[in-house]
Amino acid sequence: MKFSLEWLSYFLDTEASLADIAAKLNAIGIEVEGIEDPAEALAGFRVAKVLTAKPHPDADKLQVLTVDNGTGEVQQIVCGAPNARAGLVGVLGSPGAVVPANGMVLRKAAIRGVESSGMMCSTRELELGEDHDGIIELPEDAPIGTDFAAYHGASPVLDVAITPNRPDCMGVYGVARDLAAAGLGTLKPLKSFAIEEAFDCPVEVRTDDPEGCPAFYARVVRGVTNGASPEWMQARLKAAGQRPISALVDITNYMSLAFGRPAHVYDLAKLTGPVVARRAQDGEQVVALNDKTYTLDSTMTVIADDKGVHDIAGIMGGLDSSVSESTTDVLLEIAYFNPETIGVTGRKLGLASDARTRFERGVDPAWLDGGLEGLTSLVLRLCGGEASTAVRAGSPPSEPKVIAFDPGLTARLGGVEVAEGEQKRILEALDFAVDGSWNVTVPLRRHDIEGPADLVEEVVRIHGLDAVASVALPRADSVARPTATPAQALERRVRRAAAARGLNEAVTWSFLPTAEAELFADGPLWVLDNPISEDLKAMRPSLLPGLLAATKRNLDRGASALRLFEIGRRYLRGKDGASDERLTLAVVLAGDKTPRGWATGKAQGFDAFDAKAEAMALLAEAGAPVDKLQVMGEAGDQFHPGQSATLRLGPKNVLARFGTLHPRTLAAFDVDGPVVAVELFLDAIPAKKGAAGFAKPHFAPPALQPVLRDFAFLVPAELPAGDLLRTVKGADKANIVDARVFDVFAGQGVPEGKKSVALEVTLQPGEKSYKDADLKAIADAIVAAAAKQGAELRG
Amino acid sequence: MSETQTIEQDAKARIAAAADLAALEALRVEFLGKQGSVSALMKTLGKMTPEERQTKGPEIQALRQAVTDALAARKDVLEAAALEAQLAAETLDLTLPAPEVPRGSVHPVSQVMDELAEIFADLGFAVATGPEIEDDWYNFTALNMPESHPARAMHDTFYFPDTAPKGGKMLLRTHTSPVQVRTMLAEGAPLRIIAPGRVYRSDSDATHTPMFHQIEGLVIDKDIHLGHLKWTLETFLKAFFENEDIVIRLRPSYFPFTEPSVEADVGFALVDGKRVLGGSGDEPGHGWMELLGSGMVNRRVIEMSGLDPDEWQGFAFGIGVDRLAMLKYGMDDLRAFFDGDARWLSHYGFSALAQPTLSAGVGERA
Repeated sequence: MKFSLEWLSYFLDTEASLADIAAKLNAIGIEVEGIEDPAEALAGFRVAKVLTAKPHPDADKLQVLTVDNGTGEVQQIVCGAPNARAGLVGVLGSPGAVVPANGMVLRKAAIRGVESSGMMCSTRELELGEDHDGIIELPEDAPIGTDFAAYHGASPVLDVAITPNRPDCMGVYGVARDLAAAGLGTLKPLKSFAIEEAFDCPVEVRTDDPEGCPAFYARVVRGVTNGASPEWMQARLKAAGQRPISALVDITNYMSLAFGRPAHVYDLAKLTGPVVARRAQDGEQVVALNDKTYTLDSTMTVIADDKGVHDIAGIMGGLDSSVSESTTDVLLEIAYFNPETIGVTGRKLGLASDARTRFERGVDPAWLDGGLEGLTSLVLRLCGGEASTAVRAGSPPSEPKVIAFDPGLTARLGGVEVAEGEQKRILEALDFAVDGSWNVTVPLRRHDIEGPADLVEEVVRIHGLDAVASVALPRADSVARPTATPAQALERRVRRAAAARGLNEAVTWSFLPTAEAELFADGPLWVLDNPISEDLKAMRPSLLPGLLAATKRNLDRGASALRLFEIGRRYLRGKDGASDERLTLAVVLAGDKTPRGWATGKAQGFDAFDAKAEAMALLAEAGAPVDKLQVMGEAGDQFHPGQSATLRLGPKNVLARFGTLHPRTLAAFDVDGPVVAVELFLDAIPAKKGAAGFAKPHFAPPALQPVLRDFAFLVPAELPAGDLLRTVKGADKANIVDARVFDVFAGQGVPEGKKSVALEVTLQPGEKSYKDADLKAIADAIVAAAAKQGAELRG
Repeated sequence: MSETQTIEQDAKARIAAAADLAALEALRVEFLGKQGSVSALMKTLGKMTPEERQTKGPEIQALRQAVTDALAARKDVLEAAALEAQLAAETLDLTLPAPEVPRGSVHPVSQVMDELAEIFADLGFAVATGPEIEDDWYNFTALNMPESHPARAMHDTFYFPDTAPKGGKMLLRTHTSPVQVRTMLAEGAPLRIIAPGRVYRSDSDATHTPMFHQIEGLVIDKDIHLGHLKWTLETFLKAFFENEDIVIRLRPSYFPFTEPSVEADVGFALVDGKRVLGGSGDEPGHGWMELLGSGMVNRRVIEMSGLDPDEWQGFAFGIGVDRLAMLKYGMDDLRAFFDGDARWLSHYGFSALAQPTLSAGVGERA
């Protein structure tokens, strides 16, 4: 909300400087978002008098002026304005001044060979109006040499943010009241106007919707002239950012901005029969003042007559009965609408207005007669005419809240001791009534005050939050205790493990284009009703699409290698309509794994084993029992069917999927492959059992060296090497501590349909060295076990 | 000169002149081989009289030893030279690059979350979480924003078509505050928690993105007041920015879920056109920057969270994590946080080993 200092001073008697006022507004909770000082824009412009005006020797439309700038010095100005003439008093911009309208810095310059040291200005050039037909003409007695800003009376404008709980401050008078309470001056009492009621109100006014419109006060004024409003009002409205329209419209805007009191004025000639507040009929339509047609329903309150709707109550008037230059008789409306109804209607219609903002938050129920009186007197003063009696339908809420307050609460909740007398003074300055036993009666306009805590806020904000001293929270009697949950500790650990493995952590949007989300969906998606764009619409069921989109952007920027990871939630459907959000880590590897190099030759891409390496390493870091994991299929349609797998703990619990992405997936993201990816389902990793202590299992390094033995088996070509490996490892658990595949071969020397898999088995003797017979027994066990997988030892 | 002396002189000279290991081996055979000249002299010992042997014996033995030593010495020299030659041939151009190992990074948002967790752990705050796809009731109603509350309009909420279990629509949480309610309901009081996480508002420009990160703080106890809130904010900001000169200013504000509500501004100095936190915003060349919203938890919220508001009271605050990261580490465009540009991630990201700790400092200096 904007208002000029001049307007504020009209209501508040104060000696305070602009800076002090701004600081106090901030201190009491009316945040100053900006201060515009028109005097700054007008610096360097003075009132000056044209002494002589002669034709330019070399240009038909220009004149050469000599101008008295009040310092005794005479400036020569070349001027093209048709009204420039000797004796004219106008506004002179000297070299160095900046023209507000276009930012041009004035300089001494030759114009068609004649020196000109400045400019006589038009209204438009100084951004004071639209007139550009000639230079400004001031009254002859305007003091020559005065700063034009001071002469013009340009007042600084404060732009403040009013929090939604304070509709009473959505008018300058309310702001003045708060400032006065905070000791920044004296609030001037509102004048009372005795309205001379010349005739009985000829219009019947009714409220048939006492819930939506509890009170509807009105009066007719006959014989008005709806011209332009006076300059003082226009200046205040312009400072507030309102364009002056006509006296009647300006008066309603003025009521709203000065007192937070929206009002409405109908052209009486356009009304037929009683004017009634009622619920709209479903489907009823009205063309509002913004020229748009709105379709209403029966939850909305309207003001209507026999012919139809004239006002979306409390939100926007109808075009049909709006006032015009030819309006002579008007119906003035001051009403009280139910804040909730206004809010619901406004949201349904998607219609915002200054009136809605105020009614929705709650106007002052105690100021309907006062408002009608003020409105009438402004109309009579500015537009003439004679007023009817006032008519009042219904009545506004009138039962004030009374709060039993304990002034000690201010210290207990607000953390600051404020003397009881001062607390009482503050509350009373804000129009609260305080009785001897601290029963506090709340002014009706303060809809935000609900209980004692609100009174503490009033006292503390006016007393000053600066007075609240910092008090240390009690500390635990120990060093800080661990606070992270197991899931948080896990997340931190795998994050740093991934970064340590050379992966860059990205954070991508939680929402995706629906098509991309569907590509990775395993069930119904969460799709927003009102996305900010179609690209940010469906909640991700996987972290891979976001990383693939980032991959695409990076490759488009010329990146040659990408190792991205992200840790975040994937969003699934839970029970009973709730969401099921699961912690996930995803990795995407794209481009060159190794760039072409002097030692390594051609560039190499990533393959599925690179993905597996990340999956295994990160699962190990996450504390998953990696030696118990099974490599199984069904990584999903998004992956290459032959180059992807899942890692499972048991047949059902999938801890991760990894592999090369399907070319179709890459095509959907317009990415060139191969690209490999990992998705780790961190939520699926089983927690460590029991309350594990810090001690690790006992370990004493064996005294004897391990023994290595190689075995080459011929196996069916389709047998997974991992199956053979697991079987061999299990052949003699007492002696076999490890086994690894060191060669896989098919082709020459290996029969069709078979492959050769060579294993290196590590045997660990216990207290005695192996004898030949021991080794033979172990080897036999290995061969026998392998045979169960269809493996035969190669000769 | 005796015969042995002659042989020794001759042998030493020839051994010293041997050009390579092959020539040296030939000399060894010539002198010490079965048919060698020194071996022949050794054989004469057997035919000598004991007296002759007394004198000749040591002489011949000494000759044999001298030749053996000379051969060994020369062998060492030749082998060393050969090794030198071999190594010289193995010279590498070490100006060539070593194999490249990719350097990973931790996102600034994660880093700052870790920093905050560390600081608040020291103040006794546990970390709590809640869902991002939230129920209208937790996001609004329980936070004292019933259906028709005008403050709802300030939230630019993303809605789902799905009906929420507790009424209204499912939505994307607009703040981390619903975690307050969830935690109070689940754990009761007293309570000290922070709740970091993603939040969503339908808003987009250089300083607003439809998704951003927030951290919520909540203390519920018996005698907690605004002074504790002020101390907590000051203490946390001083620790976070590792700057004792952080000055905050509380301003009255309005949030439906707190009463009284205060906004905290932090003082900064303008240095070369950039805001550097520190000092009072009222000093010349300084200003105040809006940093976070906070207040004493509204008794209705405490009530709806299943606690007795006459017994328990406390404060809550919410602060933008991305914003804190920008202020501390100097990024100026929030949108870049969520773009995944590898160049940006490498530049603004953090080493895996830069784990914030209180003893080493929670900040990573540039």
